[in-house]
Amino acid sequence: MKKNNGVSQTHNSQLATRNSSVDISTDCAGIKSPNPFWLASAPPTNSGEQVMRAFDHGWGGAVWKTLGEDPPIVNVTSRYGAIEIGGLKMAGFNNIELITDRPLRDNLKEIYEVKKRYPKNAVVVSLMVPCERKSWHDIVKQVEDAGCDGLELNFGCPHGMSERGMGSAVGQVPDYIEMVVGYVKEVARTPVLVKLTPNIADIRYPARAAKKGRGDGVSLINTINSIMGIDLESLKPKFSLDGKIAHGGYCGPAVKPIALNMLSQIAADPETKGFPISGIGGISNWADAVEFMLLGASSVQVCTAVMHYGFRIVEEMIDGLTLWMRRKGFSKLNDFIGFSASSIVDWKKLNLHAKTVAKIDPGKCIQCDLCYVACNDTAHQCIALDGGRVPHVIEEDCVGCNLCSIVCPVEGCITMQEIRTDAEPLTWEEYVAKGMKGYREVYKRFHDG
Amino acid sequence: MDPNKVAKNFSEIYPPMAPEEAAVEANRCLYCYDAPCIQACPTRINIPKFIKQIATKNALGSAKTILEANPMGHSCARVCPVDSLCEGACVYHAWHKKPIQIARLQRVATDYYYSGRTPLFYSATSNGKKVAMIGAGPASLSCAFYLAQLGYSITLFEKNPKPGGLNMYGIAEYKMTQETALKEVDLIRDLGVEIKTGVEVGKDYPVSRLDRDFDAVFVGVGLGSTASLGITGENLKGVLDALTFIRHIKTRQFSKISPGRVTVVIGAGNTAIDAVTQAKRSGTPRVLLAYRRSEKEMPAYEYEYEIAKQDGIEFLWNALPFRILGKTGVTGIEFLKTKTDSRGHLKTVLSSLPRRQAGKFRVSCDRVIVAIGQTKQIDLFEALKLELDASGRIRVDSETLQTNRPKFFAGGDAINGGREVVNAAADGKRAAAAIHRYLTPEKESRVKSSELRVSV
Repeated sequence: MKKNNGVSQTHNSQLATRNSSVDISTDCAGIKSPNPFWLASAPPTNSGEQVMRAFDHGWGGAVWKTLGEDPPIVNVTSRYGAIEIGGLKMAGFNNIELITDRPLRDNLKEIYEVKKRYPKNAVVVSLMVPCERKSWHDIVKQVEDAGCDGLELNFGCPHGMSERGMGSAVGQVPDYIEMVVGYVKEVARTPVLVKLTPNIADIRYPARAAKKGRGDGVSLINTINSIMGIDLESLKPKFSLDGKIAHGGYCGPAVKPIALNMLSQIAADPETKGFPISGIGGISNWADAVEFMLLGASSVQVCTAVMHYGFRIVEEMIDGLTLWMRRKGFSKLNDFIGFSASSIVDWKKLNLHAKTVAKIDPGKCIQCDLCYVACNDTAHQCIALDGGRVPHVIEEDCVGCNLCSIVCPVEGCITMQEIRTDAEPLTWEEYVAKGMKGYREVYKRFHDG
Repeated sequence: MDPNKVAKNFSEIYPPMAPEEAAVEANRCLYCYDAPCIQACPTRINIPKFIKQIATKNALGSAKTILEANPMGHSCARVCPVDSLCEGACVYHAWHKKPIQIARLQRVATDYYYSGRTPLFYSATSNGKKVAMIGAGPASLSCAFYLAQLGYSITLFEKNPKPGGLNMYGIAEYKMTQETALKEVDLIRDLGVEIKTGVEVGKDYPVSRLDRDFDAVFVGVGLGSTASLGITGENLKGVLDALTFIRHIKTRQFSKISPGRVTVVIGAGNTAIDAVTQAKRSGTPRVLLAYRRSEKEMPAYEYEYEIAKQDGIEFLWNALPFRILGKTGVTGIEFLKTKTDSRGHLKTVLSSLPRRQAGKFRVSCDRVIVAIGQTKQIDLFEALKLELDASGRIRVDSETLQTNRPKFFAGGDAINGGREVVNAAADGKRAAAAIHRYLTPEKESRVKSSELRVSV
C-alpha cells in the first residue's frame, strides 16, 4: 500500500504541474478535496482497500458506505438490477443492498488507515442509525475520532432501511430531518452533509429542514423507488430472489435530469440559496459533473458509472474538466460553480416573445423523414414533403418546439434558429398584468409586422 | 467427397447473426418514415417495422411482418441481391455510413420462426373454389400462400421429385441449403395446400383436365433447360449444363460430377458464378469462366463476381466458344476473340484480321459447363394455348398477371424471362389478389384483395 501511496502522490503532483493554470481543488461545505470527484456512499466505498485504490486512480474524495449500529445488517443475494436502453447496458440501475454489513469497528479502523495514508483526499462517512439522540451522538463521536473529514447523514436510502424507520423514512419528513441534524450538530466537529431522498413531492422542504437543523450542506439525489421490470417468460420480477423482489433505489444516467431539477430548485429557493450542495444522480463523465457544478454543486458524487467501468473513469473526468476549464478560461472551480443556476426560473418568467424556428439543411438531410412524421403526427404540422423526400419547414407555422431537431439523426442538420422580433420581452406575469388574451395578442407583432 | 469437406465447402457464406449483433444492428435502424427500403423491395416488406420488432425482442412478430408480405422471406434473406434492392436504398448511404444489414436481420427473424413451432398463418374455411398452380417454385408457392388463407383449395403440380423450384435445385449451396427451401415449402403446405410432386402437366397430367377441374390456374413454371451453345462438340462426354451440375451438388450426387482437372464454365450470369464456385468447391483444381463479352458487360452482380474471385477462379473475357474439342470426352475448347463495337454490338476479332488464326485460341479442359441462360417452356405454353411475347415469355396483363385466357394467370421467370426469387414472390402475391378478385367478386368476399397488401 505504501508503494501505491507513492504512486498516487506522484500522479497528483504531475497533474498539478500539467494543469498549472487550472486549480480543480474544491471546498464543499467545508470539506476540502483535491478535485470535486467523490465516490458516492455505495458498494464502491465498502472498504478501506477499495477507497485507497480509488484515491490512487485520482478520486478526490469518497463517501464511505453507510455505517450503522452493530450488529451489522444482513443482506440478500440478488442486489442489483439494470435496464438497457438502445445498447446502453446500465442506462438505469437499481439496488436493494442495505448499509454496510461489516462490523463498525472494522470500518473505523480502515477509515483511520485511509486518512493516515491519504491526508489530502476527503473521507466523508455516511451514517444511519435510529432517530435517537444517543445513537447519533455515539456514532458521530466514533467516526470523527477515526479521523474523517465530514459526515453525510443518509436520509435517502429508499429500500429496506426505510422499513425500519431510517433512511428515506426520515428524509420524507422535514421535521425529523431538522431534529436529527440537530442531534448530530450537538456533537459534530466536522461538516455535516444531509443526503436527501428524491421520493418526496417538493425537495425544497427537506433542504430547508436540513438548513434549519444547522446542517452544513445537502447532497442529492439519493435513489428513486423503482421496480426494474417483469420477466415475460417466468412472469416473475426481473432480478428476483426466490421469485420475489422488493422495490429498490434507482439511479444511473436515466435519473440525471431529475437530479438536476432538484438541485436547481434548492439553488433557486430564497431560503436555501447558497447552501452548499454535493451533486449526485447519473453523473457518468466530466461533462455531467460540470452541469451539476454549473447549477451549484461544489462536489459531485459518482456511483453507477464506477460500478459499470471501475475506478479508472476518474482519470478521464479530471482530464475533461481541466481541459474544459482551460478552454473556457476558468482557473478555479468557483469561477463557474452556480453560474447557470439563475437561468433556471419559473415558467412564468420565460419570454413569450422569444421566437425560434427550425431550419433544415437539405445538404445534410439523409431523407429519413423522421422529422416529418414526428412533426406531422405528434407536434404542430409544420414540416412538409411536397411529394419528394426532402422535408422543409413551414416557418410561419413552426412553433419552435425543437422536436424535429431532437429526432433528426444527423448532427447539425436541423437547427433551431432565433428569429429577431424586435419585440420587448414579455413574460406570463406581464401578459396577465396587461390583460392580454390569447396567441394573437402575443404574436401579432410578428404576424402583422 | 469427404463429408467434412462438403460441410466446409458448401456451408452458407454469410453466417447467421449472433443475438447481440442483431440487437445492435436493429437499433441502428432509423425507422424512416415511408422508408425507401420498403419501396425498393418488390414485395414491399415493411422493413423498418420488422427491424423494430427485432429490436424489441419480438422475433416472432418480426417474422410475421416479413412473411405476410413475402412468404419466400426465408430464402430471400439469403439470395436477394440486396445491394440493388432494400440495402441499396438505405438512407445511411446518403450519410456515408454502412447501410443496415437488412437481409441478415431478416434471416434472424425467419430463422427464429422456422426453428420454432408457433404457427402464424391459417387457412380459411373452404370457399369451394379450386385453383391449380403449375410448378412449385417461389411464384406458385407465394400465390398458394395467399389463396389458401382466403379459403381456396390449392393443388400444386411439380414435375420434380421435391417442391421448391430453383430454390431447391438451382441456387448455390453456400447461399441456401435444400433444408431452407423445404422449410419454406412447409409454410405453404401447412396451410392445407396439396403439392403433387413428380407430376408434369402436359405429360403426366393432361392440360384438358386443368380446365375441367379447376376454377383458375396459375402458371409458375419458370424456365426450361439450359440453352445450348449450338456448336460442335456439345454432345461430348464432359459437357453439361449448369443447372444439372448445381442440382447434382445440391442432391449430393458427387459421383455424377467427377471434378477432373480443368473446368471451363461458359457464361457470366449469376448461375455461371454459382457453377464456377461450386466446381471449385467440389474439387476441380482449375476453374475458368469464359464470357463472350468484356468484364464490364458481365451480367452477374458485383458481389457474386467477388465470391468467384475469392474462390480463385480464372476469367476469360471476350471469348466466344467456337467448338468443343475431343473425340469421346472433352479435351479442350476453342474460342474466338471478340470485341464490342461503339454501338454495343459484338464482333469477332476474326473477321477483321488478316490471318484467321490470330483471333482464335484454345484452352485445354476436361469439362465444360454451359451457363448461358435457360430456354422457355414453349411446348407447355403452346399446349396451354397461352399467348407469348417475341422472346417466348407468357404475355400477361401487367396489373393482374392474367393471360390471354381469363382463368389462366402467370408469374415468375415464365413471364419475366428469369429474375429473382423476390420478383417471383411478388408476382405470386399479385396474381393471388387478381385470382381472388376474378373468382370472388368484392361484395361476396370476406377478405378484400386489398387486404393482401399487394402494392407491387
